[in-house]
Amino acid sequence: MAGLHQPGNTVLHRLPVGAKVLGLAMLSLAIVVVRDVRSAPVFLLITLLLAALARVPVRSVWRAARGVLLIAVVAGALQWWWYGGAKAAETFLDLLSLGLAALALTATTSVNEMVDALSRWARPLRFVGIDPDRVALTVALTIGALPGTIAIARETRDAARARGLDRNPRAYLSPFVIRVVARAHESGDALHARGIGDD
Amino acid sequence: MTSIQFAEATVRVPLPGRGAREILAPTTLTLTERRVAVIGANGSGKSTLARLVNGLVRPSSGRVTVDGHDVVREGAAVRRMVGFCFTDPAAQLVMPTCVEDIELSLRRTVKGAAARRERALSVLAAHGLADHAHDSVHSLSGGQRQLVALAGVLALEPTIVVADEPTTLLDRANTRRIGDLLFALDQQLVLVTHDLDLAARCDRVLVVDDARVVADGSPAESIGHYTALVDA
Repeated sequence: MAGLHQPGNTVLHRLPVGAKVLGLAMLSLAIVVVRDVRSAPVFLLITLLLAALARVPVRSVWRAARGVLLIAVVAGALQWWWYGGAKAAETFLDLLSLGLAALALTATTSVNEMVDALSRWARPLRFVGIDPDRVALTVALTIGALPGTIAIARETRDAARARGLDRNPRAYLSPFVIRVVARAHESGDALHARGIGDD
Repeated sequence: MTSIQFAEATVRVPLPGRGAREILAPTTLTLTERRVAVIGANGSGKSTLARLVNGLVRPSSGRVTVDGHDVVREGAAVRRMVGFCFTDPAAQLVMPTCVEDIELSLRRTVKGAAARRERALSVLAAHGLADHAHDSVHSLSGGQRQLVALAGVLALEPTIVVADEPTTLLDRANTRRIGDLLFALDQQLVLVTHDLDLAARCDRVLVVDDARVVADGSPAESIGHYTALVDA
């Protein structure tokens, strides 16, 4: 659900990162804790309003919702089977709401703002010899690496298919892991070359 | 012009149970020319030679210095002077959008988020990428990605740019575009390349073969030596 930062000057853009993260945490907690099918559409409406307030383009909302839709459909179907229609609808809508709430945060907060905030919050770690900047950067890079990792997964799957090995998990998993580790090494070299971590 | 010095610099990698393999034989060079090309076959050791210049690879023995700064003992100072552009920009661009990636480069040198954003946008605009500032780095073409990666390197205003096969993954038009940009730089350029047209535009060309610098001279001499080596 991590969407791209959409530059802007809305209320959400101007809010401090800490307030947004706290708000997201509280909203997510409320969505998870309140177990009532009538509350689910209300939460979905709130998160849609947040996305509108952040002026997130409809295309981005759809792209983000599409990502979580498959999981929501599968989870909803299982809930339907086990607990019935009401629980299924609640699970489906809650998952969409959680995704949209995350989108409202990532669309209004650049990764570098997040790194700065995480670095501030991690300052106490200095007392145990941990560099807060590195902690923050590691978190940001982990999130940032997701699209690249997904691209590697697709390429590796296509390569296995091209060799007629699409039903062989080893033909897919081994090269995938090797390529992800190689990419991590390359990215590490690139960060090192940019002097990141030198100070 | 800055001076890059290799003094008997050697790179070996240990092979479990089989001693060590020499990636770069003892090399002594002084590079002061504005444009230096390094050419050679795949696996010959030319990238290792380039990576020694900013300490990405450490010499197993001997020394490499940049303007008198040892790349091992004064690595941070050297990396402030030497910008490095990789073959595959996908590995180099680690942030979601172009402007955020440039901002990451600027974290060390520009304090304050607003100042960093302003500087990053101006860097992108200077390279004709203003319209792509907020685009995902994954949505760019190969040429645009390499241009953003190079912009990220140049944002730090290094005195030397080392480019390791920056055009290998590009089509002819983008090769020309990146080549023209590199050759228009005021900085000293060390260019590792398979593109002999680009090498011919340099002041000095090194030929690396089987971990050794086997030719070192003018483009005409060195490229002639290299083509004879390939044809042999």
